[in-house]
Amino acid sequence: MKFVKFLLVGIFFGIVLVKSEAVSWYRIFEMFKFQSFHMYGIIGSAVMLGAFGIWAMKKIKLKNTEGRRIHLPPKDRGFVRYIVGGTIFGLGWALAGACPGPMYILVGTGVTSMLIVIGAAVLGTFTYGLLKDKLPH
Amino acid sequence: MDSILQPWPWYVSGPLIASVLFLLVYFGKTFGMSSNLRTLCALGGAGKFADFFKFDWKAQRWNLIVVMGAIIGGFIAVRFLSDHSVIALSPETVSDLGALGFQNAGTSLMPAEIYGLEAVLNTKGLSILIIAGFLVGFGTRYAGGCTSGHAITGLSNLQWPSLIAVIGFFIGGLLMTHFLLPLIF
Repeated sequence: MKFVKFLLVGIFFGIVLVKSEAVSWYRIFEMFKFQSFHMYGIIGSAVMLGAFGIWAMKKIKLKNTEGRRIHLPPKDRGFVRYIVGGTIFGLGWALAGACPGPMYILVGTGVTSMLIVIGAAVLGTFTYGLLKDKLPH
Repeated sequence: MDSILQPWPWYVSGPLIASVLFLLVYFGKTFGMSSNLRTLCALGGAGKFADFFKFDWKAQRWNLIVVMGAIIGGFIAVRFLSDHSVIALSPETVSDLGALGFQNAGTSLMPAEIYGLEAVLNTKGLSILIIAGFLVGFGTRYAGGCTSGHAITGLSNLQWPSLIAVIGFFIGGLLMTHFLLPLIF
């Protein structure tokens, strides 16, 4: 039963991303061409409200459902991994027109060939795991 | 009801995405979709090959449930909550896409030129999907997060690493869209 809330959050997430068109390859192309405000508006308003909300949740010392203070795990320090890894991700994002969240959602919308992309993404993550210690971070 | 069936404007969608972040944080978790790729590796036995996949994946089951929900949400959105209107892309985007050989831009979520059966069934088309997926999967783990983990969660938590990663996302995306897509298509 404890998983029901996560299922509902996932359903909500899937609906929002389809209805916002953020799952569309065309919207990603348009964003990287700077030809519409649409995607910048979505990400920008999500981040602005997100930053305010996270700040407010910490400020009022809100406890989560597990009884602990709100805490987001900080990312490790570093530069190379973020800029290089980010660039590799961006190349794939603009080609596939989908990042990991939308990939799953698009399967639900009937884009069956996305399963190939997801399979390749799992393989990419596996390859990173194999090479991790040899890569600069 | 009409306004639900029509595409939702950015100022509705963005705050709703922030609420997904709030809910997951309130439930004691974080918002990061690419972590599931690592969990899937671990599930498939990748721990035998690299320590990176030796972790308690059962603690990540909640995130796989979010993925299941997302798939169901995608189905519900197109099946019951959509008027199947054409995506209101900018006219420049449509004409740029036409020049690259993409017809009917915006009439579906994904271009048939990449995701249609005909495209997938030839070597070039299949390679495109595999390379794109591989880059996403490799890059996101190298960078330690994707759009949800870095661009939404990390920036909302004012983390420098996430800003660097998002700059990387854009370097890669701009290179692909402006220089590589015209060579590929």
